[in-house]
Amino acid sequence: MVIAMLPALVVSFYYFGLGAVKVTLTAVAASLFFEWIITKYLLKQQPELQDGSAVITGILLAFNVPSNLPVWIIIMGALVAIGIGKMSFGGLGKNPFNPALVGRVFLLISFPVQMTSWPKPVPMFKAPMLDAVTGPTPLGIIKEGLDKGDSMSDLMSKVPSYVDMLLGNSGGSLGEVSALFLLLGGLYLLFRKVITWHIPVSFLGTVLVFSGILWLVDPTQYVNPLFHLVTGGMMLGVFFMATDMVTSPMTPLGQLIFGAGVGLLTIIIRVWGAYPEGVSFAILIMNAFVPLLNRIKPKRFGDAVKAN
Amino acid sequence: MKTFRLGGIHPKENKLSAGASIETMEFPKRAVVPVAQHLGVPANVIVKKGDMVKTGQMIAKGEAFISANVHSPFTGKVFRVDDVLDSSGFRRKAVIIDVAEEEEWVENIDTSKEINQDIKLSPKEIVDKIHELGIVGMGGATFPTHVKYMVPDSKKVDYLIINGVECEPYLTSDHRLMLEHGEEMMIGVRILMIALKVNKCIIGVENNKPDAIAHLRDIAAKYQGITVEPLKVQYPQGGEKQLIDALLRRQVPAGKLPLDVGCVVNNVGTCFAVYEAVQKNKPLIERIVTVTGKTVKKPSNFLTRIGTPVSMLLEKAEADLEATGKIINGGPMMGKALVNTEVPVTKGTSGILLMKKSESKREKEGNCIRCSKCTSVCPQGLEPHLLKILSKQQENESCEQERIMDCIECGSCVYTCPANIPLLDYIRMGKANTGMMIRNRSKK
Repeated sequence: MVIAMLPALVVSFYYFGLGAVKVTLTAVAASLFFEWIITKYLLKQQPELQDGSAVITGILLAFNVPSNLPVWIIIMGALVAIGIGKMSFGGLGKNPFNPALVGRVFLLISFPVQMTSWPKPVPMFKAPMLDAVTGPTPLGIIKEGLDKGDSMSDLMSKVPSYVDMLLGNSGGSLGEVSALFLLLGGLYLLFRKVITWHIPVSFLGTVLVFSGILWLVDPTQYVNPLFHLVTGGMMLGVFFMATDMVTSPMTPLGQLIFGAGVGLLTIIIRVWGAYPEGVSFAILIMNAFVPLLNRIKPKRFGDAVKAN
Repeated sequence: MKTFRLGGIHPKENKLSAGASIETMEFPKRAVVPVAQHLGVPANVIVKKGDMVKTGQMIAKGEAFISANVHSPFTGKVFRVDDVLDSSGFRRKAVIIDVAEEEEWVENIDTSKEINQDIKLSPKEIVDKIHELGIVGMGGATFPTHVKYMVPDSKKVDYLIINGVECEPYLTSDHRLMLEHGEEMMIGVRILMIALKVNKCIIGVENNKPDAIAHLRDIAAKYQGITVEPLKVQYPQGGEKQLIDALLRRQVPAGKLPLDVGCVVNNVGTCFAVYEAVQKNKPLIERIVTVTGKTVKKPSNFLTRIGTPVSMLLEKAEADLEATGKIINGGPMMGKALVNTEVPVTKGTSGILLMKKSESKREKEGNCIRCSKCTSVCPQGLEPHLLKILSKQQENESCEQERIMDCIECGSCVYTCPANIPLLDYIRMGKANTGMMIRNRSKK
């Protein structure tokens, strides 16, 4: 799991420099600390940090925030992610919602200004480190522009090129910017059979189809489907968040429905919602449906055939 | 290549004893012959202390519908009829025989090695013979064979299926039998086809035994209607229901028998026993036992008389008991740990597996992270993680709804669980409780 996140992590260090390193280390250390202290003193059990789940939550939380976020805000995020998102339900395997997303959404609602001032990516060694330069995400540019009544073609010329968005050279949270490297990590997870194809395929498929229909209806109002795929937390959500075993359904059919639901909600929020980005909300909403989706039973041996 | 459709795993095969020819085991001084070596009602003892018995003489009669006769594997004097600890750790009735120096067989038994090809008996006579001579399923479940061949008129059977899969890692007794007694086994197959009045038979063999497949194909070519089908190496390919699904694409519904989808399944070892019974009048008094494991110096296959203590087999195979952590009766997936090594070999002992101390240690149980790997490998399409919780909380009615009784106890879920949760231990407990609830309900 951690190996799969390395490509995207390295890219974030490359574009966001020391800020990204600082955010990641803080998030991981804080997650481990809160998990340890809560298990030991509140649950009164033997802490088991070696299972690595707190490290993953920490990295995922860091992936979901801007690289210039103050340290104390990150620590609060980790406290909510681990304390409320995970340990309050009894720890590993028992939480209904993805802990990192619980932390992220808490921060987004509580600290909207800090959480939405993304530093511009500055490739390492190429330019002097400038801390103060911030800018919006591609999705933000489109959303604000459309609300103001700008034309779609104007707006598309303002956003980074597809190549930049694939590689990570665009504004955004530190781990979500590089679609390509996240995809690489996702394929590794699939290859190692840590995750199955069901959720990623139905998630991406639904996003493509639904946003494709909107785009065909009115290309001046709705952005094209490929743009949706490479921007925001899409790839991060598809491979690392929605596929979280603990908070996703357990049968293949349930997983397909879950993925489709997340895809649908993401586009609805992106297009008509108040926020430019909807992946995290969509996943959390579908997390709530998992117990219901788990009532879908696997195919039992012998049911399809009649005895003679 | 054919295989079953749901779930399955591929554990390391570890067939250490595959190259070891069958060796005949020496006789013990004293033999313990349990009267409950089969599934069903124990047989009633018909000898008493002090009686002299000949090899092959009946010593216990299975009088219930599902039961089997037991014959004396040795010549000697009955020392005692008493309750003795058997391989499952229960005290059960057994006939203890002091083995004499000179062996004397019951008169009508043909002990020559000559192969007798002529099948003279009628279907009914064959079934009676199988019944009389105590033949049971040799694959491990030890279901009395004659019961399978008493087909009610309402059922139509069109296939005999022979199980030569041997999907359990380590075990090789069926493999060696197919190689060394293929001819006799095939006559047994033909006898069973006559008894069942079918003209089609498929022998399923896992593809990790190409020599056995080639050998059986050579023999089968001489006869009409017998085909040998290689199967993908996938556990539990040798499960009765999985095997039928793999070969015929028919699935036995929950709570039903292979008869309900038109077939009867028997193990290759059973076919050999049927040959010996019908053609040679020889009752089931010996079987091939694999003795294997990483702490066994000479992994072997022994032709062993029933009643021989396991300790003698271990000695002959040069087992290092110091380094052994656990001794298992059967294979690593479904076998059960032995309580001691003085228990006797019975009709169902297909192998004795020794595990190193490090292999037999249980890993610490972690939290379930709902990865659902157990669901994806279950060959019966069940949800082991859910059954475990329901069993633990004794929610017997929910267990029944979630089809706990369909579980074939193959252990694939335990094998695959990343958190080392002993799922099957809980499920077995749940099955016992749920089964009791269902039986009590039908009593009312």
